[in-house]
Amino acid sequence: MSRAVLIPDSRVSLARHARLRFDGLRGRWMLLVPEKVMTPDDICVEILQLCDGQASIASIAATLEAKYVAPPGVIAREVLDLLQDLSDRGFLTDRQVA
Amino acid sequence: MEDRALPDTETPTAYSIPMAVLAELTHRCPLQCPYCSNPVEMEQASRELSTAEWQRVMGELAALGVLQIHFSGGEPLVRKDLVDLVAHADGVGLYTNLITSAVMLTEARVAALAEAGLAHVQISVQGATAAVADRVGGFRDGHAKKVQAAEWVRAAGLALTLNAVMHRQNLHQLPEIVDMAVAMGAQRLEVAHVQYYGWALKNRAALMPSVAQLDEATRVVEQAQARLSGVLAIDYVIPDYYAVRPKTCMGGWGRQFFNISPSGKVLPCHAAETITGLRFDSVREAPLAEIWHRSEALNRYRGTAWMKEPCRSCAHAEEDFGGCRCQAFALAGDAAATDPACALSPLHAQVFALADTEAATGGDRFLYRNFSGGVPEA
Repeated sequence: MSRAVLIPDSRVSLARHARLRFDGLRGRWMLLVPEKVMTPDDICVEILQLCDGQASIASIAATLEAKYVAPPGVIAREVLDLLQDLSDRGFLTDRQVA
Repeated sequence: MEDRALPDTETPTAYSIPMAVLAELTHRCPLQCPYCSNPVEMEQASRELSTAEWQRVMGELAALGVLQIHFSGGEPLVRKDLVDLVAHADGVGLYTNLITSAVMLTEARVAALAEAGLAHVQISVQGATAAVADRVGGFRDGHAKKVQAAEWVRAAGLALTLNAVMHRQNLHQLPEIVDMAVAMGAQRLEVAHVQYYGWALKNRAALMPSVAQLDEATRVVEQAQARLSGVLAIDYVIPDYYAVRPKTCMGGWGRQFFNISPSGKVLPCHAAETITGLRFDSVREAPLAEIWHRSEALNRYRGTAWMKEPCRSCAHAEEDFGGCRCQAFALAGDAAATDPACALSPLHAQVFALADTEAATGGDRFLYRNFSGGVPEA
């Protein structure tokens, strides 16, 4: 087994054991993972909602670039970094690797 | 990046909406581990909550805002209704985790649990080889069964955590346990040094590692964490007799987590009944929400108002909440005392010396857990 290294063409989705839910009582999104509850910020939630296993990371970044203003390349890099971090924690399934 | 995007759960004041519950479905278990976290006086099967009672409680848990349910025991697979309980929990929106010894798993049961919506499985291991593991668990062929069960879990597409409870008599196998976790395809490994409550407290002299062993284990874990980044996440729990700062036990007493015992008692943690003089309410007697807010036992050590010195004026009071109440009671005779694991406790040096001595001179014979006060190793 080796580390899954994500690239712009990777098509990821949340793994079965990582569940993104809106928590009505607390009024915020929660990412439920093994033996832990995480509180993703708004942009992280938006990215995760776009991770459907079909869209490439590059196209997810393009969607966000059309919506938010940032210097060239910044959004693409941040999206890839965030998803790599989640992948390293075992929370993503990558079509290219799986 | 990771901390900004994904901070761990925030920490409000005295207590909040609870995040997770440990559902101890039963105290029955085929294994007899000498460090079992169950109380020494275990609850009989006849007192266990029924399927219908658990289902009602799960609805109350979801309504209260609980997000995760950890099915534990004893051995939760002893319960014939486990698949139904998992399905019900998933149905009311709870994230389900099975904490098991796995020796009773079958391929069909794994498939049924996956079908029921189970999100994650945690399998305990007692060592890296059958010789060590089966002796610690007091169960013949247990290790081989676990290895097989882990394969079924992964084949069913379920995420797997391996939980390795470490102590003087298996620490030499830690590198092999890490390799085993990778070979099994686990996503996570918990390397947890024994915490000394209940059965483990009775067996402390046979379990306590030396400082040298602890340092070696820490080195092994840190190297593995670096080497296996992105492959295997390793969580590490140190033996707190050798700590400087106490653990933030349960994230604070009655603050975000609680346990439900087999008979329905609502406990702030699995060891809380070792503190004498506390009365714990049962889900059989009152609605869960009422217990969470009004339980005298839960309210007793919530927040910081109950603290004495040196905790009361300590800068870390709201970080670690004075450590563990059960350990304070066990070692200082006062549940409101500073946990002796803390260097600021007047008992700290004494506890450290006690551990050091037991590690060097304690006998290796276990007292195995059972329903009648334990059975000494032959």
